[in-house]
Amino acid sequence: MDLDQYLEVFIEESKEHLQTCNELLLELEKNPDDVMIVHEIFRSAHTLKGMSATMGFDDLARLTHQMENVLDEIRNQRIKVNTDILDIVFLAVDDLEAMVLSVADGGNGKRDVSLTIEKLENIVAGQIVMIGSADREHPGAPVEMESRADIYDEYEWAVMEQSIDQGFKAYSVKVILNDDCILKAVRVFMVYEIFAELGEVIKSVPPVDVLEEEDFGQEFTATILSKQSAIDIEQRILKVSELESVRVSLVPNKTSKDQEYKATKDLENANQLQVHSTKQVKGKEDEKASSVNTAVAHSKTIRVNIERLDILMNLFEELVIDRGRLEQISKDLKDAELFETVEHMTRISGDMQTIILNMRMVPVETVFNRFPRMVRQLARNLNKHIRLEIIGAETELDRTVIDEIGDPLLHLLRNALDHGIETPEARRDKGKPEEGTVILKAYHSGNHVFIEIEDDGAGINTDVVVTKAVDKGIITEEQAEIMTERQKNELLFASGFSTAKEISDISGRGVGLDVVKNTIESLGGSVSINSRLGYGSIFSVKLPLTLSIISVMLVEVQDEKYAIPLSSIIETYIVQREEVLRSHNQDVIDFRGKIIPLVYLHSILSIPVCREEEDFLSLVIVRNGDKMAGLVVNSFIGQQEIVLKSLGNYLNSVFAVSGATILGDGQVALIIDCNSLVK
Amino acid sequence: MADNDNRQMQKVIVFELVNKEYAIPVEYVLSIEKVSTITRVPGVEPFVMGVINLKGTITPIIDLRMRFGLEQKEYDESSRIIIISFNEFEVGLIVDSARDVLEFPADLIEPQPKVIGMQEIDFINGVVKVDKRLLILIKLERILQVLGTTQSI
Repeated sequence: MDLDQYLEVFIEESKEHLQTCNELLLELEKNPDDVMIVHEIFRSAHTLKGMSATMGFDDLARLTHQMENVLDEIRNQRIKVNTDILDIVFLAVDDLEAMVLSVADGGNGKRDVSLTIEKLENIVAGQIVMIGSADREHPGAPVEMESRADIYDEYEWAVMEQSIDQGFKAYSVKVILNDDCILKAVRVFMVYEIFAELGEVIKSVPPVDVLEEEDFGQEFTATILSKQSAIDIEQRILKVSELESVRVSLVPNKTSKDQEYKATKDLENANQLQVHSTKQVKGKEDEKASSVNTAVAHSKTIRVNIERLDILMNLFEELVIDRGRLEQISKDLKDAELFETVEHMTRISGDMQTIILNMRMVPVETVFNRFPRMVRQLARNLNKHIRLEIIGAETELDRTVIDEIGDPLLHLLRNALDHGIETPEARRDKGKPEEGTVILKAYHSGNHVFIEIEDDGAGINTDVVVTKAVDKGIITEEQAEIMTERQKNELLFASGFSTAKEISDISGRGVGLDVVKNTIESLGGSVSINSRLGYGSIFSVKLPLTLSIISVMLVEVQDEKYAIPLSSIIETYIVQREEVLRSHNQDVIDFRGKIIPLVYLHSILSIPVCREEEDFLSLVIVRNGDKMAGLVVNSFIGQQEIVLKSLGNYLNSVFAVSGATILGDGQVALIIDCNSLVK
Repeated sequence: MADNDNRQMQKVIVFELVNKEYAIPVEYVLSIEKVSTITRVPGVEPFVMGVINLKGTITPIIDLRMRFGLEQKEYDESSRIIIISFNEFEVGLIVDSARDVLEFPADLIEPQPKVIGMQEIDFINGVVKVDKRLLILIKLERILQVLGTTQSI
């Protein structure tokens, strides 16, 4: 099998699984008793193991396997989760990430993981001593058995559910026979006798006929319905001789979660089989396994090259143009059937349009979700207490932008943690809570997405900044004297500037904030700082939605159509011409008690006047920050979702126009840049 | 271009502007379109007529007559927009009509004759005589000079 073609899928999916691990491990740290979380982590790890083994990345598979063993101990509640254990698991995830990245960069995914594996093994080993259980378990084996035991089909679930309603409990009973057990089938028979007394057996792994033929190892698992307590069951079965151990556990209710759980088991089983089978079979199994996984864990997804989406979108726009023509024709012909068909087509293609456009949009969550983990680690390294708050992770950005902003944001966050938040002692002395807060916030505004990194730390000491900038020859003292606070803050972005007293391995990685600034500006964005000494700083990143869908109000100015971003609009307003006042050569109106200027779009945009003056002025009240203005238009066409398009390289900066869009009829409409009109 | 390999062939798109024939190397031409509705863009150079929707891409349109400082003319049935891609710029040039695709040895290209003395002389790369036709090869880099750096004509 040619594995190369799966490599991309492997890398992407591995990243996803690792991300899931990261997130859930953080979650687990907060709720150490939630077994469901462990199950989910286990599932991700397991899939990853299967995939890596199939692709021949043995180090990856080995490490995941060991990680799984630890998780297994945790989920079977033989180990209590604590920060130290999680640290080691995180370490493993780090290693895994590094290996996946190496694969992604064309490497072979090899890495010396023996140290991490050893640490993981120690956890598992430590547990055995700690619990001192009679279970003579070696890691890995229980997984196999349990997973097989816990697969129930719909019918079995139904039976269980009904019985549970009638007061029965569903138990999964795992019996391990002594190594030297001579009459295995007899022991099994005796155990089943007891089962029959206790209640009803609804499932047996391996199946009963296999058990009868003694064609199994040392253990078997049965699912029984009983009204007895787990302890009773255990005690009664233990009376049978030649048994090494008996473990009775409740089968969880079949909620939606459990269905996932069950499917997980399916999957685990599939993977488990696959790991032990030959490579070729492995491949097939794995594909099956991962597709099962995708279906269960998330909604089904398929990866598409972004270029293909572009092509699809452009083709679709062509279709929309033709649709517009068809509409016109059907109106002219007045044929009822044609009209109906075209109308239907219009509706369908409208829906299609929305879908196609949305395909390119990705929530910034995909970038944000790697941060909590990083913050945890950094906070530990720095011995600081830091709480990360994420707001607006659902804010959507075009895929092309998403791919680029990760690193700059990471850098800003590091900066906030390292330089912003003070040590707990320092915070206490200042009368602040010991735990510092970093807020990561994303939101849409106009044609931009803003991402803010706010900390309640020390703020920026502009005196230090200026002294340093002068020392480094970035500015002269004369320049420094006339600088505003804001400009001083912005010196942080000057190239060759770093305020760290000593280079730490956190933010001082040889690159300064100037790199961040450059990256963001190369995306057509900007970054600014707001800081208050002693109270904290806000780094605000403004990013364009290069290619994105925005809601606009379409308006008509004389004979031309323009789009005004809804995010800038406060409301539409109609005012009588007599109500317009003059002040300093500027027409203004009294808008709910506030005097706001009028902007005559036709004169700003030099649109030839061809309409008669009306008694009323149609206004679109827009704002930029706290400034407002009334844009004078001729009529409102309506609200619409549009695709923002650039005017191209040739017309790169046109006053008061932030871009263009193609309307349903194929015509181009320009988008008004309210930020440049309202200042 | 005249210094190129003698046997090298040059393929061009031939178009007409005020009864003269001009040529653009075919490799820069993406397509030739009929004139559709052009959306005016405010505050740009007068020869930029606006933008059109070209298969989903917003494409600026330059009126070549105006760019050359020639008299203006209403667009009609034979008017065409030649979409060109040059130095990362994708623009459309409005011409009176698009005529032909011609191929000739590159060494036929002569430097612009001083006698021509037209207004658009600044925009000429050279001339070539093919059969009995005189083709004027236009200088795309000059036509597409980014706004702002353009001197008034």
